[in-house]
Order: sequence, then C-alpha cells, then structure tokens
Amino acid sequence: MRHVIALLIENESGALSRVSGLFSARGYNIESLTVAPTEDASLSRMTIVTTGSDDIIEQITKQLNKLVDVVKVVDISESAHVERELMLIKVRATGKDREEMKRMADIFRGRIIDATDSSYIIELTGNQTKLDSFIGAIDTTLILETVRSGIVGIGRGDRILKL
Amino acid sequence: MVLTGAEIVIRCLQEEKVDYVFGYPGGAVLFIYDALFQQEKVRHILVRHEQAAIHAADAYARSTETVGVALVTSGPGATNAVTGIATAYCDSIPMVIISGQVPTAAIGQDAFQEVDTVGITRPCVKHNFLVKDPADIAATIKKAFHLAKTGRPGPVLVDIPKDVSAQSAEYHYPKSVEMRSYNPVVKGHQGQIKKALKLLLEAKRPMIYTGGGVILSDAAAPLTKLVRKLGMPITNTLMGLGGYPATDKQYLGMPGMHGTYEANMSMHFSDVLLAVGARFDDRVIGDPAHFAAEPRKIIHIDIDPSSISKRVKVDVPIVGDVKEVLEELARLLDESKHEQDTVSLATWWKQIDEWRSRDCMKYKNSDEIIKPQYVIEKLWEVTGGDAFVTSDVGQHQMWAAQYYKFDKPRRWLNSGGLGTMGVGMPYAMGAQLAHPDAQVACVTGEASIQMNIQELSTCKQFRLPIKICNLNNRYLGMVRQWQELFHGGRYSESYMDSLPDFAKLAEAYGHIGIRVDRPADVEGALREAFSRKNDLVFLDFQIDQTENVYPMVQGGKGLTEMILSAEDL
Ligand SMILES: Cc1ncc(C[n+]2csc(CCOP(=O)(O)OP(=O)(O)O)c2C)c(N)n1
Ligand SMILES: [Mg+2]
Repeated sequence: MRHVIALLIENESGALSRVSGLFSARGYNIESLTVAPTEDASLSRMTIVTTGSDDIIEQITKQLNKLVDVVKVVDISESAHVERELMLIKVRATGKDREEMKRMADIFRGRIIDATDSSYIIELTGNQTKLDSFIGAIDTTLILETVRSGIVGIGRGDRILKL
Repeated sequence: MVLTGAEIVIRCLQEEKVDYVFGYPGGAVLFIYDALFQQEKVRHILVRHEQAAIHAADAYARSTETVGVALVTSGPGATNAVTGIATAYCDSIPMVIISGQVPTAAIGQDAFQEVDTVGITRPCVKHNFLVKDPADIAATIKKAFHLAKTGRPGPVLVDIPKDVSAQSAEYHYPKSVEMRSYNPVVKGHQGQIKKALKLLLEAKRPMIYTGGGVILSDAAAPLTKLVRKLGMPITNTLMGLGGYPATDKQYLGMPGMHGTYEANMSMHFSDVLLAVGARFDDRVIGDPAHFAAEPRKIIHIDIDPSSISKRVKVDVPIVGDVKEVLEELARLLDESKHEQDTVSLATWWKQIDEWRSRDCMKYKNSDEIIKPQYVIEKLWEVTGGDAFVTSDVGQHQMWAAQYYKFDKPRRWLNSGGLGTMGVGMPYAMGAQLAHPDAQVACVTGEASIQMNIQELSTCKQFRLPIKICNLNNRYLGMVRQWQELFHGGRYSESYMDSLPDFAKLAEAYGHIGIRVDRPADVEGALREAFSRKNDLVFLDFQIDQTENVYPMVQGGKGLTEMILSAEDL
C-alpha cells in the first residue's frame, strides 16, 4: 500500500542523509522525498511517499521517530489530506503541435512559463495521477525533458502537523 | 571562562565524572591530548589499536552503570574504531566517542587522514555530531552523554576538527538538556500494565523471557523479586544473563539457538509470554513463522517502540523503562485481588520438569582430553561464580554462556548482537579497570584472541591482572561445526595452521603463560592463575578439537526442532 508520511526534522546538516540512510539501510522503498525549511527556519518538513505492508509502514514510522533529529512523524495518508506535485515539462512545440500543446496545457490547467520558437516549458501542479495523465495525454515523442518535485502533502481541516 | 576547544573537551569529561578515556593519539587530536596531559582527573588508557579502545570503553560501561568514553584521531583512527562502535550499537551500550577531524577548511579536500567519520558511522551510532565552533563543544558533549544513556542507550560520536579544538571560546557546561525532538518514554502506560498483570495471573502456562534491556536498565533486582513472587519459569537471553540468578530453580537456562531444551520448549508452548527488554532476535526464536504458529499471548516491555511487533506480533505492548515498568507491575501485583491460577501453574511446572529431566546440558567428560564444558564448570567453581567473564565469539562463547552460571547482572560481557571476534581481551581490560579488585576472566578461542592480541601490551602497561582462558581447539570451531553439520564436512578455511605458542607469547609481553594439556591439570591451573592477584595469566587449554556446541537449533528452524546432542544427528 502507498503511504504519504510527513515529518518535521531539525534543520541541521546531515538531516536528510539520516532519513534517506534509514530507508536504504532497512530496505524500505522511497517513491519520492521532498524537503524544505518551514516558516520556522530551524525546522524542515519532509514528505515521503513510500509503499509497504502495514507492518512495514508501522516500522517505518517507528524508525523515523527514533531518529534523534526527528521531531514529529505523521502518516497523513491515514485520513483526509491533500497532495500536490509540481512538474515542469519541456516539449517540442512546432507546427501543428504548437497549438495542440497549448490546448492540452489549458485542459490540464497548466501554464506555459517559457516559450521559444520550437519549444514550451509547461508548469503543471496536481496530484500524481493528474501529472501522469497529462504525460499520457500528449504525444510522448514531443517530450524533451521533464522534472517533477515529488509529492508534498498536508492533512485536511483540524489535522495539523506543527510543534 | 575562556578555554581552548581541547580544554573544553576535557572539562566536559570531568563534569561528566569520567574516570577513564580509552584512546590512541594522532595529528587531529593533538590539542586534546595536550589538554589531557595537563590535568589528572581524567585518566587515559593507551591501547594498541583503536578497535580495542572502543571495546574497552564499551566494557567499562557494560560492567558499571556509566557511559564509556573513547578518543581517537581522524581517518584511520576513526575507521579502526568503527567495528567497536557497531558492536556497542548492536548491544545498545551507552558510549561517547570523540574523534578528531581534519581542520574545518580542509574538510572535503581529500586532506591527509580525512574520512567522513560522521557519514561512515551514521548507521551504527545512536546519533553523531560534527562540531564546527568551539563555542558549541560543551553543549554538544552534554547532549552526547544525555543521548548515550537515556532511552534505548547507544554510542554517540562527536567529531571535532583540529582547528575547533585549537580555537578558544567561552566555556559553560549546561546543567540540563532540552531537546524537542528527543523525549523517550520512561513510564509505562498504566492501563497496559494492568492488562499485562491480568493476563499473567490468568495464564495457564506462563513464561518470562528477558534480555539485555534488564541489564541495561538495572532491573535485575525488581525482576528477580517479581518473578519469585509469581513463581513462574524464566529464561535469560545471551544478552540478559545474570538478569535473574542462574542458580535459582525457576531459571530454565538460556533460550535460542544454543539454549536449553526446557527454555525453548517453555517459550514455544507457553500460553502467555512476558518479554522484558528482549527483541525476539533470530538467534532466540528461530523461524518467526514457526514460533507464531503456536497460539500464545505476548506481553512486551521495551524502551524502544520500534522493537515491539518488529518480528512477532505483540498483544500487550508496554513502552517504557524496563525497571520502572517492572516496579509498577510489582506494585499492582501487591494491590491486586486477582487470584493467580496456581493449579495450572503446578501442572505447567510438572511439564517443565519433565523437559528438564532430559538434562540437555550433559556432556561426556574425559580423562584424556580436555572438554571445554569442563573448563568452564571449573572456572565457575574456582571463581566462586562471582567473576566478570568476557568472551569472544564462537563455540567458547556459547560454552561460557551455557556453563558459567551468572547470578548477578553486568558480570557477563560479550558481543551478542554483532558477534565481534576480538572483543574478549579489551572487554576484560575495561571490566578490570572498572573493578580493580574483582576476578576477571576472558574466555576466548585461539582465533578470536588473535584479533586483538596486541592488547597484551596494554595489559602490561596498566598492570591489568586478567585471566585469559583460551579454549584452544586449533579450529575456527563454530565455523567448523557448521561445516560439519551443514556443509558435508568440507572444512573450508576453518583450520588454522602455525598458531603461536600462546604461553610463550604471553611471556614475551611480560605476562605468565601456562599451557594445559590434561584434564587433571585444569583445576590446578585455574587455581594457580586466580591466586596470582597481580599478574595476567594466559591459560592455553588444549581442548578436544571436534567438540560441538549442543543443544542446537539450526538457523531458520523452529525452536522446538532441536538437535540435543551428536546422537540426534
Ligand atoms: C570479526 C569476525 N570475523 C568472523 C567471524 C565469524 N566467526 C564466528 S565464530 C568464528 C570462529 C571463532 O574461532 P575461535 O575464536 O577459535 O573460537 P571457537 O569457535 O573455536 O571456540 C568465526 C570466524 C566473526 N564472528 N567475527
Ligand atoms: Mg578455536
């Protein structure tokens, strides 16, 4: 099962390697991992997307909690939450493809943030499936380059991950 | 007060009441060694290899209730220390390791003797720090000690670049530590403890299984009191030996791969199993699926939530300090009006006694050739069962664990988790320094002892009168045993030729060496050795080369699928 784990960690050098090292040492999957400081610069927030049986997810959250620098761990996918990912995709945009690309970007509520006479960079946010469907919907031979941020996630309503 | 970083390091150690630092100097720690030289409170034990420094500091911690401290230089000093650190980590031993690092400006430049010590040690420490400012040293060391000894203990490394130890800063040692990210649970959950007690009292076939956590939290006394009161059978793991007196009749011996028949059968067929500071290791329960196939309720007390339900599913988890929880359990038992099912317990004991009557620890002694089991039995007699016994890794380790009956905690020092050959002598050094007047025996094998044999020199310098009992079978015995049983008797590289004359070797280092060939001489040699209060004596027992360790549960098999003796094969 896919899980989205959010955690707060002391913003110290090496914090990321402690987390990624834990995953590789214990053979846990990481589908994506994002990290950046929060409004409190002494804390970083990570969103980790992982897969595993309930037992493994239980171990993952326990092992993360055990890391001395980790302040809080929540499996936000256990209840209502929002996930977003950012994708920048550079596509060939010439001839009739140029118009088609613009149309697809509009349908997916993407924005063209850079254009040359032969290419576009399209910015797209959404959950993973939306970004996947965009890639599925366009002619993949036109893709020059893609970069995705990995998922960030947050619990809905009263579910707050804060100190 | 303004001090140099190096002076701050030493002041911090003084604040922590550190008696001994085990270490080895080098370029990156020269300032720290200079500061060490200019004071007398913290004494330094100069080992002959950094691995031994860590092991000795580890043993100092294991045999006392303190934090072991070691000091090594950058690069090779730090890498030599890694085996020792990993050994301590696997057994949750509280330690602080200070390592020198190349100057801050040189970090990342592939400088002379530079390694990424924080990176290399990350997976085998509880936590580590790189200190970049002398003003941070005191707070960091304070944190290091705090982390090492609280919660589930473990080694903490502090890496200090050379320039940081040279520069000055205002010194102030913090009184306490506040870490928002680190607040281990100490008290157990009341409701859970009540549930556990009810289960225990209603149990028809209760069993208590305790591990290293009991030793680490100094819970042997409350455990013993509680278990006696409950009248239930108990087993101590390799790491938990001495947690409950081995000579007591409720004690069933060690469980697991080389555990007793009665301990393993009782673990397996219990209906309520109370696990205390133990972690259902593969060497203890064998195949987890086989273990889980027999229905039973499991209560698990442990300080580390991640140890609970890791390998077996637990019905009543109790996170907390083992000692606190056991004391609370005892208090609730005193108050409880719940009746214990003593009738069932009596029937259960009958069954256990039947298992016991198989006498699985019996062995055929000989007049001609020394049996290792016999040496340990005699060692126990000669030392009055009251020695600090260290071991290395192999058959001799198992025989020591099986035949030396530990009645007290912190008396048995071995590498249970990592299984590190070479710990034996440094462990004995640490224990002897911590307990100068105690009898300290190192039970070892001719292969293991050679992994840190150079420490005979350290023992001479610091006059450590340890007694080395080398169970010399001219084989990597444990390897040979597995090859005999599971690899068609193909003894691939498990025989060692050209062994030194250990007695002469000991003499070359300035000690006493005695070679013992005949069973009739075993006891005399031991008595002679232990009567020499001020000398290190190296007893080189030439033992039966083909003796195997039994009982045995083959790796991957279930606990009840035991080979009791060679006749079972
Ligand atoms: C550092 C290290 N290397 C290898 C091993 C694997 N190993 C386990 S027991 C053993 C043989 C030990 O031989 P010896 O010290 O003579 O003890 P014996 O089994 O003969 O009593 C070996 C090689 C180990 N545990 N540690
Ligand atoms: Mg041997």
